Amino acid sequence: MSMTTYHLRVNGERKSVTVDPSTPLLWVLREDLNMTGTKYGCGIGACGACTVHLGGIATRSCLVPMSLVGDRDVVTIEGMSRDPIGRIVQEAWYDKDVVQCGYCQSGQIMSVVALLKSNHKPTDANIEESLGGNLCRCGTYVRIREAVKSAAEKLA
Amino acid sequence: MQFPPDAFIHIRPDGRIVVMVNRIEIGQGVSTALPMILADEMDADWSQIDAESAPAADVYRDPVAQVQMVGGSFSIPHSFQQYRELGGKMRAMLVAAAADRWQVRPEHCRTEKSVVYGPNNQSARYADLASEAARKSVPDKVRLKDPSEFRIIGTKVRRLDSKAKCDGSQKFGLDLNLPGMLVALLARPPVFGGRVKSVDDRDARTVAGVRDIFEIPLVKGTAVAVVANRFWAAKQARDRLKIDWDLSGVERADTTELRSAFKELAGKPGIVAVNRGDPSAFDAIAPENRIVADFEFPYLAHASMEPLNMTVRFDGDRAEAWSTSQLPESDRAGIADILGLPPEKVMFHIGAAGGAFGRKGTLDGHLGREAAAIAKRIRGTPIKLVYTREDDTQGGYYRPMVHHRVELGVGSDGMPNAWRQVVVGDSFVKGSGSQWEGLLVHNGLDFLLVEGSANTRYVIPNFQVSGHHPNAKVRVWSWRSVGYSHNMFVVETLIDELAMRANADPIAYRLKLVDPDAKKHRVALNLLAERGAWRSSLSSDHACGIAFSDYHDTPMACAADVSIENGRPRIHRVTVAVACGIAVNPLTIENQVQGGLVFGISQIVPNGAITVKDGRVQQRNFDTYSPPYIKDAPMAVDVHIVPSTDPPTAMGECPVPLIAPAVVNALARLTGKRYRTLPLPPTIG
Repeated sequence: MSMTTYHLRVNGERKSVTVDPSTPLLWVLREDLNMTGTKYGCGIGACGACTVHLGGIATRSCLVPMSLVGDRDVVTIEGMSRDPIGRIVQEAWYDKDVVQCGYCQSGQIMSVVALLKSNHKPTDANIEESLGGNLCRCGTYVRIREAVKSAAEKLA
Repeated sequence: MQFPPDAFIHIRPDGRIVVMVNRIEIGQGVSTALPMILADEMDADWSQIDAESAPAADVYRDPVAQVQMVGGSFSIPHSFQQYRELGGKMRAMLVAAAADRWQVRPEHCRTEKSVVYGPNNQSARYADLASEAARKSVPDKVRLKDPSEFRIIGTKVRRLDSKAKCDGSQKFGLDLNLPGMLVALLARPPVFGGRVKSVDDRDARTVAGVRDIFEIPLVKGTAVAVVANRFWAAKQARDRLKIDWDLSGVERADTTELRSAFKELAGKPGIVAVNRGDPSAFDAIAPENRIVADFEFPYLAHASMEPLNMTVRFDGDRAEAWSTSQLPESDRAGIADILGLPPEKVMFHIGAAGGAFGRKGTLDGHLGREAAAIAKRIRGTPIKLVYTREDDTQGGYYRPMVHHRVELGVGSDGMPNAWRQVVVGDSFVKGSGSQWEGLLVHNGLDFLLVEGSANTRYVIPNFQVSGHHPNAKVRVWSWRSVGYSHNMFVVETLIDELAMRANADPIAYRLKLVDPDAKKHRVALNLLAERGAWRSSLSSDHACGIAFSDYHDTPMACAADVSIENGRPRIHRVTVAVACGIAVNPLTIENQVQGGLVFGISQIVPNGAITVKDGRVQQRNFDTYSPPYIKDAPMAVDVHIVPSTDPPTAMGECPVPLIAPAVVNALARLTGKRYRTLPLPPTIG
């Protein structure tokens, strides 16, 4: 193992970290860059709590070692307030009072924003497909569904 | 116990009012609801209210349970009066200060939105009166509002913590990042109670960032702690450890064997919890009018999205801890015990938890003990003990595995005449030495094993419930809705079966069976009949399942519209009627009911069981133990609350027991099959 320096662009800002190449992007965000909005839930890509946008695609950051990030843009929950669709989704989340414990919601919102960027009129099936891997143990799914539809209406 | 307002309310010079919340926010909404109650009686401006999580201290104990805790859905029922009085007393002190300043009588002043108004057009902001008010004596008694005067209680108020939880700024326990902090993982014995015989850590110590590797005691057995500067370094080092475990004398539980053993025990009468009429009446019932039903329920993990974690720094003569504990006093006592300190020398912070569901707080304080044992070796440095998902899933403290056998006799009127039920499952209260033991254990039987059955308000003339605690050597603990999680399934699926046999409407049948004096039960069932009228117009490939529950004095009735899609139940819509007294925040209640139903769906999803083979837990992560995903959840849930001016009763746990029986009752109508073993088989139909 040799420590390697990586240059990243996270939410539009340049960052440099020196870490073991096997370190997942998730832990670099959380521990090296102190951006803890991206959550650890399982480490195997089965819960979606760590979802970020990598090169514009919703990605489980727990599964991406630093050696594979390359020059792709990283966008996290901390960048959503500056993203026009991100802001609309966050507003829908407040309006529908979606959150309970809130731990999974960063990942939920990142998955929803990725969905709405490509599809302004998602059906129930589209929602279930895009959010199918985002666990919420508090069970906020009913309100998530409502909030996604409400955000989509604002985009229409 | 006195609750001085200054321990709960801080009025800032800028007008913001900080309300201390005496129990942890785990998602249940307590950090919005308790400030609402206080702000209403205080006549505070809601837009200026902030909530702050109180640390461990006697003054923040639950006023009824006399211990600081989140459990039993006690938060609102136990602290409603307390927070009203706090708000009312603070208001009285502010009014007294204003009256002094203006030389008028306090009763001639009125208050609104954080302003006191005097009789001669005077007005003063609470913030400007705060220091004078603080010098006033705390009144013993104050007049509290009539419910008709509430301005905040009873309104739909959005959560105070919503924004922080949507922009990534909310800090959970796992997010703590203190200067110099180190991260610790534990390599635990593969079988509960195992001990480290020897450890080869040479390879592990080559991982960059590793600071130390050493053995620590667990509540039972020992483990190897790996301490590093980062999670990933600790994880890689842990993976490289070669540990030889001593498993001699450790009992290796096996759930297949336990299932047989539990079933055999269920054939024998247990310790009697309740006995009415003639328990042998069943034996006189004709065979065609008997139902003998065996039910099996697995061990269940809580699977909070935020895995267990705790941070402790030991400074020799004192310590500081950052936790997400539902039972702070137990964890603090555990830390103090390991470090040889009196508990008051442990400053114990409580932060927001990413879910808890009963798991984040145990009577043995094991999490605090483990974190303290690591911190003890590395003084002056905050150590964050992190459970990986695998550690969390395999760590025990499960909802008990349970077997029920019910012998049920039907009378000529189609109503149950005889009911003899034997319940087999372990207790986490019996032998705990806690205050709960005296309250719950009678003649050696823990009431939590039979709650929901033994105290049913259905009137059955010959009725007996008994139980056995088999002592299965798998560590069990409280799981959201506790004994109701399995007892209501048994009661509600059997009552539904009787309604079907009698060709009766399942709501009307329950109304006929429930105690005429159980007013709240009846009103909930009647409200469901009214709001669930859609059930008469379902297409033939859909069916409606009804279920009822009354956890901790909050009757709830639900109707679920279910079809079968790809061999799985698809829940289209659920209507829930709720009788909970005053609805402090109807929006939170809606959330809790919707979420509680989804939590209950954990009991029927395919990967919804913890199994143990040769002492080893077979599930590791969400790939093998999976809580419900969005496709498993209801598409829509409408919640209807019975209007009331009675004090509020429980909420958070109450909806959980409803959904599994409602779905299974619908499936009986769709498939003709009665599912009595949970989780459901992978394919239905």
